[in-house]
Amino acid sequence: MNKNLGWKLILIIAAILVFVYGVFGVPSGVSGGALANGLLNPSPMRNGIHLGLDLKGGTHLILQVQVNDAVNVDTDNALQVLKSGLKNAKVASADVSKPDPTNHPEQIVIKGVPPESAADLRTIVEDRLPEYSLVSSANNTFTVTMKPTNLADLKSRAVQQAIETIRNRIDQLGVSEPIIEEHGLGDYQILVQLPGIDDPARVKEIIQSTAMLEIRQVFSGPYASQEDAYKSGALPEDAVVMPGKNNPDGSPTFYVVSRIPAVSGKDLRTAGPGTDENGRPAVSFTLTAEGGRKFYAFTSEHVKDLLGVVLDGKVQSVATIDEPIRDQGIIKGRFTDQEVKDQAMILRSGALPAGIKYLEERTVGPSLGSDSIHAGIRAAVVGMAAVLIFMLIYYRAAGINADIALILNLVILLGFLGYTGATLTLPGIAGVILTVGMGVDSNVLIFERIREELRNGKTPPSAVEQGFAHAWVTIVDTHVTTIVSAIILFLFGTGPVKGFAVTLSFGLFANLFTAVFVSRVIFDWVLSRKRIGEALSI
Amino acid sequence: MAGEGTRPTWTKKGSSSVEFFRNPNIDFLGKKWYFIVFSLVFSTAGVLSMLFWHGIPLGIDFRGGTLVYVKYSHTPDDNAIRAAMDRAGLKNVRIQTYGGTASNEVLIDVPQANDQAALEHPREQVIGALSSNAPAGKQDLNNTSSLALTSYLMQKDPLHLGTDAQQRYTNSAQAITNFRDKTKGGVLASFDELKGTAEPAVLTSIEDGFFLSDFGVYQVEIVGPQVGAQLRKQALLATLYSLLGMLIYLAFRFEWIYGVAAVITVFHDTLITVGAFSLRDYPMSLTVIAAILTLIGYSNNDTIVVFDRIRENLKLMRREKLSDIVNRSINQTLSRTILTAGLTFLTVLALFLFGGEVLHAFSFALVIGILIGTYSSIAIAAPILVAYQDWRSDRNRPPVVPAAGGGRREKVKAKA
Repeated sequence: MNKNLGWKLILIIAAILVFVYGVFGVPSGVSGGALANGLLNPSPMRNGIHLGLDLKGGTHLILQVQVNDAVNVDTDNALQVLKSGLKNAKVASADVSKPDPTNHPEQIVIKGVPPESAADLRTIVEDRLPEYSLVSSANNTFTVTMKPTNLADLKSRAVQQAIETIRNRIDQLGVSEPIIEEHGLGDYQILVQLPGIDDPARVKEIIQSTAMLEIRQVFSGPYASQEDAYKSGALPEDAVVMPGKNNPDGSPTFYVVSRIPAVSGKDLRTAGPGTDENGRPAVSFTLTAEGGRKFYAFTSEHVKDLLGVVLDGKVQSVATIDEPIRDQGIIKGRFTDQEVKDQAMILRSGALPAGIKYLEERTVGPSLGSDSIHAGIRAAVVGMAAVLIFMLIYYRAAGINADIALILNLVILLGFLGYTGATLTLPGIAGVILTVGMGVDSNVLIFERIREELRNGKTPPSAVEQGFAHAWVTIVDTHVTTIVSAIILFLFGTGPVKGFAVTLSFGLFANLFTAVFVSRVIFDWVLSRKRIGEALSI
Repeated sequence: MAGEGTRPTWTKKGSSSVEFFRNPNIDFLGKKWYFIVFSLVFSTAGVLSMLFWHGIPLGIDFRGGTLVYVKYSHTPDDNAIRAAMDRAGLKNVRIQTYGGTASNEVLIDVPQANDQAALEHPREQVIGALSSNAPAGKQDLNNTSSLALTSYLMQKDPLHLGTDAQQRYTNSAQAITNFRDKTKGGVLASFDELKGTAEPAVLTSIEDGFFLSDFGVYQVEIVGPQVGAQLRKQALLATLYSLLGMLIYLAFRFEWIYGVAAVITVFHDTLITVGAFSLRDYPMSLTVIAAILTLIGYSNNDTIVVFDRIRENLKLMRREKLSDIVNRSINQTLSRTILTAGLTFLTVLALFLFGGEVLHAFSFALVIGILIGTYSSIAIAAPILVAYQDWRSDRNRPPVVPAAGGGRREKVKAKA
């Protein structure tokens, strides 16, 4: 027994060191400042304890991507394809429309297709709309529907693109540790958590906009330099000079454009590679309904004028407005295929593929956060102190055993949190406090049993052994049921509740180790130093 | 059992250990009618309150709506606030004082609006409604974020920094908002308080463009109807699965009647706890549900400890009456039960008294839960077992004994 005792003690001390490292790293000193520094600065090996929003302050948003918007964009394109295809096949009388764009955006109904043209229609769908299926019904009516797998795929891609776009935009705020991810609880929901930012209005504004794409009226240009642009003549009142895309030889160009754009980034729905009327690579873009309206109004008034597409503050291409444009357009220029793809991707990452609706918004100011931390720590210290003192009084020397186990419990728990980079929330602090309370239960179980065995006349070593043996069964039962509860809480909970479940679970595992193994080792060590027949202080 | 003096006791001689329950021998089962009455009284009070008085008070997580936490620089006037809300078109607003009386904090509860659009700007609406005498063109420094402050400073550029402005002004803005939030608790009373937090030119520029209202909003929670419904469903599912998990595990380790007894016990505990919330009209939020799930776990723990002892004693004392065995088991575990309950209660009490306002409802649930959970293992779970066995023996069927920990069934005839 004595040989094993040595190894067991070493194991325990090693465990203590490992978990202390999990919490603090290697502190440069033993001052409060050094410890706090270690606590908050993670190293690559340990992620450090993260503070949840309710302790750090910040903004929490849940938004829902209106995926039907994205579907509508696709089916609008398909509609155009069908219309032009049918026109070419000389089926002029057909009526192509979407009966229910709000609830069933994936459906297009075509009426009035004579039977002899059915084959043409089928060819159009098979060749040019492979993601769609064609179903015929009575009265020369056909329904073109997006295939279910394509539909699901489109919707999930819309959500992913929205997440990327939002991430790009939020980066501008310089938030540390932002969380932008799909929210498990509902359909097409995204969770955005920004610690340290307490201005949700600003966040929402940033999410909705982008500075990347603008369309402005071009008054004159290109000029070789800014001076030339200014000298060209009296500038209209609301005009500015903007740089344009560089010439192939690298020399800069400048244009005189309107100060206010006709259409800006938030009116952009999506962009993709396409071709212009000469078959050369061009970027085709689609605007939102609102953007389309604005653009139509603008282009109607300015037929025959010039307009320029401005990307990132540079005029990319200039074209004459031949006829009013609604919501689909192309950016022509001296693009290569690759440039078109890149450009489209940049535009897309700056574009929200669908509208978003806000479902939940919570902000916690930083002052509340630090108040909460202080209150939580205060309660933890008071609670812990009460328990420690009581154990000493009630169980005397064995109480020291219990107290050591409890403190070790706390260290291991915090170490677990540090290693896994778990988030500590306010209910999480409550979970720590509760773990202390429930952890002491195991000790009480064992000690009461030991007392009982001693009362029944067993010798101390035998009483200790019996005490642990009997209590072990109960300890397992109680811990398993509580861990099951905690797992369910973790699966079904959000944010702070998850934090609570995590600390509770870790605490229970830590407790199994300390109450059973560590306590036993300490008892064995105490017993090994007693002579035979000496009594046990408990 | 022989008295204490006849066998050597191995506790330290000369000092008596502190022990509350040396050898209790209370007839718990005999008192079961008192327990039933006690439980009935409290559960009925709770149920009546839930049905006819306060209902089940749902927190914002479950019913949707807007909660705005405001700190004033003086004692807030509820009537003035309500009038301001009415003027802005926000009807049926509930106003509660929050924190202590000295903290001047108020909680404004705007009920769920039916149109989604209202979810877009309720915070701005409330702030706008509260700052009734805002000078035109100026922003409220007490309710401006550091981002907005930085934008303003970059625009005005009081230090004429040109291109290097971003970092400098961000730091200044953050210094000012940190001072306002951390040192002044979120509300500045006058611009003089800002002296020293930033350069004088910056401060003058701020005074030009901002005014100081008498309040600062420090927390906002807005939950849309969709999320509210989702969270309700989650909470319900979590509780049901928890109970199911318990039932299955206990049926596996003991016998199914033990599982049923535990579930009834836990149901009783939850009913009384939710009843307590209803009686006090305390809103139940997600964290309260977490507390309730915890106390389900705790009550279950307690019940299992008693059940384990019963199982052990049933093997040892085969010839005794079941009610005697159960009584003895409870008495044997009594010291542990009271101790653990007491210690856990101590920690939860510390939470309740010192844990701050945010955790108040959570710790309230735990305080009630631990008391009731401990009581119920003795008063509800054990009597159910005995009552069931009595019912079985009345019908002349052999009583059922939990297996010795493995799954083998032993049918033992206990003397009636």
